[in-house]
Amino acid sequence: MTMDLKQGPVPFNPYTANPKVSRTSYYIYEAPVRLWHWINVVAILVLCITGYFIGAPLPSVGGEATFTFVMGYIRMAHFIAGYVLAVGFLFRIYWGFVGNKHSREIFYIPFWRPNWWREVVFEARWYAFLAPYPKKYYGHNPLAQLAMFLMFTCMTTLMIVTGFAMYAEGAGPGHWSHTAFGWVIGLAGNTQNLHTIHHYGMWAIILFVIIHIYAAVREDIMSRQSMISTMVSGERMFKDDAP
Amino acid sequence: MAREETFYDVIRRQGISRRSFLKFCSLTAASMGLGPAFADKIANAMEVKPRIPVLWLHGLECTCCSESFIRSAHPLVKDVVLSMLSLDYDDTIMAAAGHQAEAILDEIREKYRGKYIAAIEGNPPLNNDGMYCIVGGRPFVEQLKEVCNDAAAVIAWGSCASWGCVQAAKPNPTNAVPIDKVISGKPIIKVPGCPPIAEVMTGVVSYILTFDRMPELDRQGRPAMYYGQRIHDKCYRRPHFDAGQFVEAWDDENARRGYCLYKVGCKGPTTYNACSTVRWNDGVSFPIASGHGCIGCSEDGFWDKGPFYQRLSGIPQIGIESTADQIGGTLATAAGVAVAAHAGASAVKRLRMKSAETAAERERV
Repeated sequence: MTMDLKQGPVPFNPYTANPKVSRTSYYIYEAPVRLWHWINVVAILVLCITGYFIGAPLPSVGGEATFTFVMGYIRMAHFIAGYVLAVGFLFRIYWGFVGNKHSREIFYIPFWRPNWWREVVFEARWYAFLAPYPKKYYGHNPLAQLAMFLMFTCMTTLMIVTGFAMYAEGAGPGHWSHTAFGWVIGLAGNTQNLHTIHHYGMWAIILFVIIHIYAAVREDIMSRQSMISTMVSGERMFKDDAP
Repeated sequence: MAREETFYDVIRRQGISRRSFLKFCSLTAASMGLGPAFADKIANAMEVKPRIPVLWLHGLECTCCSESFIRSAHPLVKDVVLSMLSLDYDDTIMAAAGHQAEAILDEIREKYRGKYIAAIEGNPPLNNDGMYCIVGGRPFVEQLKEVCNDAAAVIAWGSCASWGCVQAAKPNPTNAVPIDKVISGKPIIKVPGCPPIAEVMTGVVSYILTFDRMPELDRQGRPAMYYGQRIHDKCYRRPHFDAGQFVEAWDDENARRGYCLYKVGCKGPTTYNACSTVRWNDGVSFPIASGHGCIGCSEDGFWDKGPFYQRLSGIPQIGIESTADQIGGTLATAAGVAVAAHAGASAVKRLRMKSAETAAERERV
């Protein structure tokens, strides 16, 4: 609604609206990226819960072993969610090649660009309450990109590699996972190491989730652009026209 | 020149009947996962091929491998092994002693250069020029290198020779190392376990003799036929694991019912060995069947992956013994507290900004 001071409110008409009004919304996250994000949310949730109970099982159930399959179902859910995560991750890598430039942000950091590191420092200052006002970013801010790369992309890769290596232990030689990830079993030596690393990886991802959700909510309120709705609609809204 | 003695000659000289001999061949073929036709092949090999001399060296070890070996299920195996080894060199069980014994080593090395098998039990300590293990007046590491250099193949008996075992556990004061760290250029078969199963040990020797080659090894150098699967994969308590039925404490009802020992630290899911199929002492039992979890004795560094009675490995560097869950949980809680504090500070900042904006707005009006 626009307001005409003399005649009261008039209905908004996009065709007659002033074309000089600056555009404040940009299409950042394409539909496949958003879909992948929310599928991943479910997969990681299932993986963390079932994974925790594989390491520290629930209290024993009674009855005949023939008729119960509690641990079996927990492990099955873990494996299915693991496949979803891995296939989704492969698709996401593919989309990094064919998608827009923001779809590539989580897969690298511009390590050799001094300006990027200056921006990282600026964002760190913003989070440390030292910078009075935030800046505007179309995609991830540099600090967010760094966190996504290290805590999400690298950790997910580690979890997929160690996870499927342990899956290969049960599946045995001849299974694709043994062909693809059997080398990890040899590398780990005692596979108890793999279990320990995989377990730490889970906690690293839980830490990531805590920070990720907090940062998204905080930025949605405090920053000069939209955050949470952007991962739903793909549109990045800016709250002001200032540069 | 008289033809060289075969295994069969030795066996018959020991007073073993042909019937018993053939039984041994069938048993060995079965334990290696071969078809019935291979029993004949093994028998034939034992009959016609010259006996392979075996030099059995002892480094830092407890002799549990030898003890296991001489208790091989089939009585004949013991005789084969004893006659085979006492004729050559094994400083624990041979009759000869002193210089006489050491002379056998040189003799075999000369006579069968590149044809004998070096079977190594235990491992060499390297600190202080190897002074922590002296054999025949010299550091063991020297004897080990000499004997292995002229061997056709090297068998690393047990976890000591394969991985290092207890003497290489942290902090490893003598710097004991697995033998593949000091021997290069020779095929090494690792037969880990503390000790390895007797039938596995004799099976490996029989395989080499029958087929004139090394058994198929996995990525870590172990015979795939015995170390291809985990204890967990063939455990008779596995249905209880899948059902979610666990022993919660050592004296509870679940322990009496024979439920899965996963929660009380069984390392079966990460241990590659044949215990759950071949079993021990003539197939009588194995640790899990006796109500005790697997401690993972055939795995690399198993002493440092404990505690034995806890599912998750302890991390001794952080606290006394913390698990991934304790450390991860603490970090997650700390992150949660940090997030809450940061959120509070952010809210204060936002309120200040808002009131500043309102003040500025008021001034403009």
